[in-house]
Amino acid sequence: MSVSGLKRSTYGEAILEGFTYLLENHEEVFVIGQGLWSPWYVGSSMTDLDKKFGIERVMDSPVSELACTGAAVGASLFGYRPIVVHPRMDFMLYAMDPIVNQAAKWSHMLGGQAHPAVTIRGIINRGGEQGAQHSQALHSWFAHIPGLRVVMPATVEDARDLLIAGTLCDDPVIYIDDRWLYHIEEDLSPPRIHDLASLGNIVRREGKDITLAASSYSFHQCQQAADELAKEGIDCELVDLRILNPLDIDPVIESVQKTGNLIVVDGGWQTCGLASEVVAGTCVAVDPSVWSNPPVRINLPATPAPTSKPLEELYYINTEEIITAVRTMLEK
Amino acid sequence: MYPEYSVKELGFLSDPSFHNSPIDIRGCDADTLQHQLRMMLIIRVAEEKIAQLVIESLARCPCHLGIGQEAIATGISSFLRATDRVFGAHRSHSHYLALGGSITELMDEILGKASGCSKGMGGSMHLYGKEVGFAGSVPIVAGTIPLAVGAALAAKKDGNGDIAVSYFGDGASEEGSFHESLNLASSYKLPVLFVCENNFYASHLDISYRQPSDRISRFADAHNIPVELVDGNDVVAVANAARRLTTAMREGQGPGFLEAVTYRWRGHVGPDENIDVGVRRKVEDIDAWKKRDPIRRLADAMVAAGIMDNNAFKAVQTDVETEISIAVENARTAPYPGNNALTDYVFASLERPL
Ligand SMILES: Cc1ncc(C[n+]2csc(CCOP(=O)(O)OP(=O)(O)O)c2C)c(N)n1
Repeated sequence: MSVSGLKRSTYGEAILEGFTYLLENHEEVFVIGQGLWSPWYVGSSMTDLDKKFGIERVMDSPVSELACTGAAVGASLFGYRPIVVHPRMDFMLYAMDPIVNQAAKWSHMLGGQAHPAVTIRGIINRGGEQGAQHSQALHSWFAHIPGLRVVMPATVEDARDLLIAGTLCDDPVIYIDDRWLYHIEEDLSPPRIHDLASLGNIVRREGKDITLAASSYSFHQCQQAADELAKEGIDCELVDLRILNPLDIDPVIESVQKTGNLIVVDGGWQTCGLASEVVAGTCVAVDPSVWSNPPVRINLPATPAPTSKPLEELYYINTEEIITAVRTMLEK
Repeated sequence: MYPEYSVKELGFLSDPSFHNSPIDIRGCDADTLQHQLRMMLIIRVAEEKIAQLVIESLARCPCHLGIGQEAIATGISSFLRATDRVFGAHRSHSHYLALGGSITELMDEILGKASGCSKGMGGSMHLYGKEVGFAGSVPIVAGTIPLAVGAALAAKKDGNGDIAVSYFGDGASEEGSFHESLNLASSYKLPVLFVCENNFYASHLDISYRQPSDRISRFADAHNIPVELVDGNDVVAVANAARRLTTAMREGQGPGFLEAVTYRWRGHVGPDENIDVGVRRKVEDIDAWKKRDPIRRLADAMVAAGIMDNNAFKAVQTDVETEISIAVENARTAPYPGNNALTDYVFASLERPL
């Protein structure tokens, strides 16, 4: 660590640091899920936690997503703060009942007396010709459910700090990280402990010409696009949609008041999805006279993920697509 | 450091120092044995080739190899017909090939080509071959088990004596979907053959860290489903068990459960052996299991019985290698799916364009 207290860290290492912080400082935290004793299952993000904190607190599991998630919800009702790890979000679909019917509902349904303080980490792990059942980004589904807090860190610092805040929060939290971000490097300060309920979405870069709003890996792509566009004199304002539920849309609204232009980029599907929600919410709030152009959504095509390489290239959003969309909008 | 939960119920079957001599082929028909030997070689050589394609980065999709497990699908498929419906999972090259699935289409699929068995839309983990009775394989663990039960329900309604087969691993028996499926199939007396290829691993983790017993067929006992528990590296033992179970099923006696004990020589995914991965996978174990080689044990038995000499065995090997090399060469140059494939296959009907 340097004198400034900053050190270089990747996104993957930052997640590991978040787990380390939690396990070191909170004995009520434990982790359960598949691959936790394996060096390759979850990239660099959990390496050797079992050796450091013991297999009683870092529990590798049978291939039982439903039981592991449900058990974590149960333990969370009795003083523990479990983190369930699903190495791919797609596998988490077996656990929809404990997440959607149970964790999300217990507080409200039982008059605010029971709080499942569970954190469920779902990893987006796509590309590599893995195809339809190993590539899904289902954040919008979870954001649809009242009672679930859904976070999707885009930055190295948030990768760590939202994991910590999510775990220390008394509500069920869906923490979604994308493996395409793991290598990204930033300077990282020591952990900051936030109250998740007090956090909102934020403007990460100010600009006057257009608002780009995105989460997770899509936010990273917007940053790259903004860097490119800056060379042409296009000044993008970037909103990081790091918290999807409860969705704090005010930063987008305020930004559009200034820029009059909005593109929302989301690496999930469009219908009833995050980008659509953000555009709708902004349209409802921003006076039509403010808009210079109709807003645009950039999403995946409405198809399952293909395998074959040329189709994969067609399927996933690339930065060039974002740059072109911005240029097209501003040329009008 | 790691706890072991398992009671070892499998005895000799899980100990590779047993069952490694030539298999017992007394009473077997020579043609069937020749066919089984050739089929196991096709599966072995095809998978070795696929391993090579992964190393060369020509195959980019995740490829789960079942090298060492060839006897199971080979033994069972002798008793299946094209109107049966066979379901697999992520490690299903053998299931597809043993039914007579096209080697060319498999290689094309693995390289992502439009002429593949899933039109280049699936890769290794998503195979389809309805013309040979292969109803599909997909990589959500235990995902196809209830589908096989449904296919058996359809077969029962049709009343033609067709059956469904569900191939899965020991890991899949940890999913709730597996247990619900067994109950449903048994209660409704559906003609589905559950085949557990128990190779002791679910990706990196040995069964002793995942279950209180290493014998998966105990779950079938609990659901009153008849069980055959066999050495999965003995093609004759597998075939005999499959014959008994499928005969009863076709006569309307409900589901059957075949547990075949085996071992995968390669790692969970891709070509290497995963020796350093997980908490229990030693070189010595792999070497010991290689002595229980299903192909070697059948070939030695056939040579000893005078059905085949070593030269004839070599000739079959060469023949199979040539066939597979040709398939791979063709796959390399075959075209990828067109861009329209991305949207064309989402729904059955294209009337309302996306
Ligand atoms: C629902 C689900 N959970 C986890 C995985 C990841 N995964 C793929 S294969 C596998 C192990 C399966 O083991 P087993 O069923 O014994 O089959 P084997 O690999 O031994 O053939 C796991 C955990 C998955 N594909 N689907």
